[in-house]
Amino acid sequence: MNKEEILIIDDEPQIRKLLEINLESQGYRVRQAETAEMGLQLAANHPPDLILLDIGLPDKSGQDLLVELKNWYNQSIIMISVLDNEEEIVKALDNGASDFVTKPFRTNELLARIRACLNRNKVEDNKTVLTFNDLQIDLLARTVFVNNEPVKLTVTEYKLLVLFAKNAGRVLTHQFILKEIWGVGYQSDTQYLRVFVGTIRKKIEQNPNKPVHINTESGVGYRFI
Amino acid sequence: MDLLSLKNGSFLKRFQVPISVVLIFGVAILLFYTVPIWGYRIPALVLLMVVSLFALIFDIKTVLISSILSALIWNFFFIPPLFTFHIANGEDGLMFLMYFIIALVHTTLSFKIKETEKINRDKEDKEKSIQLYNTLLNSLSHELKTPIAAIIGAVDTIKDHDMDLSDKNKKELINQIEIAGLRLNKEVENLLNMSRLESGSIKLKLDWTDINEVIHIVLSKLDDQSKGYKIVFQSNEKLPLLKIDSLLMEQVLYNLIHNAIRYTPVGTTIKIEVKIIDDICQLEIIDNGPGFPANELPYVFNMFYRLPHHKTGGSGLGLSIAKGFVQAHNGNIELKSIKNEGAQFIIKLPAEFSYLNNINNE
Repeated sequence: MNKEEILIIDDEPQIRKLLEINLESQGYRVRQAETAEMGLQLAANHPPDLILLDIGLPDKSGQDLLVELKNWYNQSIIMISVLDNEEEIVKALDNGASDFVTKPFRTNELLARIRACLNRNKVEDNKTVLTFNDLQIDLLARTVFVNNEPVKLTVTEYKLLVLFAKNAGRVLTHQFILKEIWGVGYQSDTQYLRVFVGTIRKKIEQNPNKPVHINTESGVGYRFI
Repeated sequence: MDLLSLKNGSFLKRFQVPISVVLIFGVAILLFYTVPIWGYRIPALVLLMVVSLFALIFDIKTVLISSILSALIWNFFFIPPLFTFHIANGEDGLMFLMYFIIALVHTTLSFKIKETEKINRDKEDKEKSIQLYNTLLNSLSHELKTPIAAIIGAVDTIKDHDMDLSDKNKKELINQIEIAGLRLNKEVENLLNMSRLESGSIKLKLDWTDINEVIHIVLSKLDDQSKGYKIVFQSNEKLPLLKIDSLLMEQVLYNLIHNAIRYTPVGTTIKIEVKIIDDICQLEIIDNGPGFPANELPYVFNMFYRLPHHKTGGSGLGLSIAKGFVQAHNGNIELKSIKNEGAQFIIKLPAEFSYLNNINNE
């Protein structure tokens, strides 16, 4: 049983209860706050391993709280948002949130994201070979294999794939990816990104139309698994 | 002054007083030169006619001013002795008085007619919105309460009869709760989208979009529901990227394909085609199901429209949302359908294209 502590900041008692039962059943320790102020205090007194933060809080916007927390809190923050709010989600991710789920969310999905975030907190970047089912990336040799068959990628494709792989499980916004790969100034050129994601999918996915590795998060970005 | 008010109605309305004064003087001057031909009494009738025409178009204030002005003009310029307000002849005095009364009565009557018309129109509008509101409430209470009833019912059964339920039945009840929850979610999404459209608060978030990918995302969302249907779609690598709001278009395609699945029998073929015709992206969703009855075609995109005598639920919002989202892109959507041969939805989407994806990026 893991003993990681998760802080839930959400004003809805029903959601908190649901999360509490779920997280405790997975062995996490859970603390709860129903206001931004309470959340900030709890986080400051005993920094948790991960924070679940609702975007809509009664006393302060979750976005503002996120920015405040990010000043000193280095662990993962997962935003909980309501549907149809892609702009808010992108803003939160660009402000340093690690991930998001939208209400109504499936608990499996949330647990998977929590696991991915907590693992990322632990694992250092010292692995030289990254493996994702049928896909293998050798960072030293700069080679990529699908089902043990070598795959030829262009320089940019490889850079993009490695960026995805190093952030596996996590959603990356278009802006973030563009800045990382093409640098500042190309942040609105999403057409390049679309094209490269398309060509990488053709090379690494069994069925590029139903990708399992590079998943599209509509209106937000991509999530590599 | 903005461009709109320059156009027809609002311009006339705004400057109605000066316009009518100028017109009356103009007509009076013309008439003044006709006096040798037909005397000075016919011009009174012509002026009266002009005032009557004003009464059809202008507000009561303007018409009153025109009546008084035209009466005075007739008196001053036409009734002898000319260029005085003095009336020498008793008959002319009577004519002048009658002119005045007819003009006033005319003004008042046409004003009253306009008022009644307005009241009737308001009443009709109100009735229409009450009707719409009732349809909304009916549809809402049905669409929202059915899944809520399923949830509460299933929970009650599990709580009260925990012992008597087989594991299989318990699982089935839990499945029902899940289905009801998802259905509620979809309904709320539809309502939110509808109210966004109705309030005009849709702001397009245009971004380069691979339409093939959008269609595949929609199809995988509909994977469960499309079991037993033959979905035909071939990605077209030659298609350009489109600068559109991918989420809205995803919703449009979802609604249309979902609709096709819902209203056709299992085994139906549903074909999705994308073409580029000139500067327009044309998306077609074609099924060989029962089609729409010809007399229903004009109504299918109306809010809360549902095919009559159809058992399957649905709030009747899907197609009107699809239409609204397409129109937000300055596009349009039409339905061609032949009874018993199938339906064909055609979306014409004007968009900026990028053929970058066809260039070799090596």
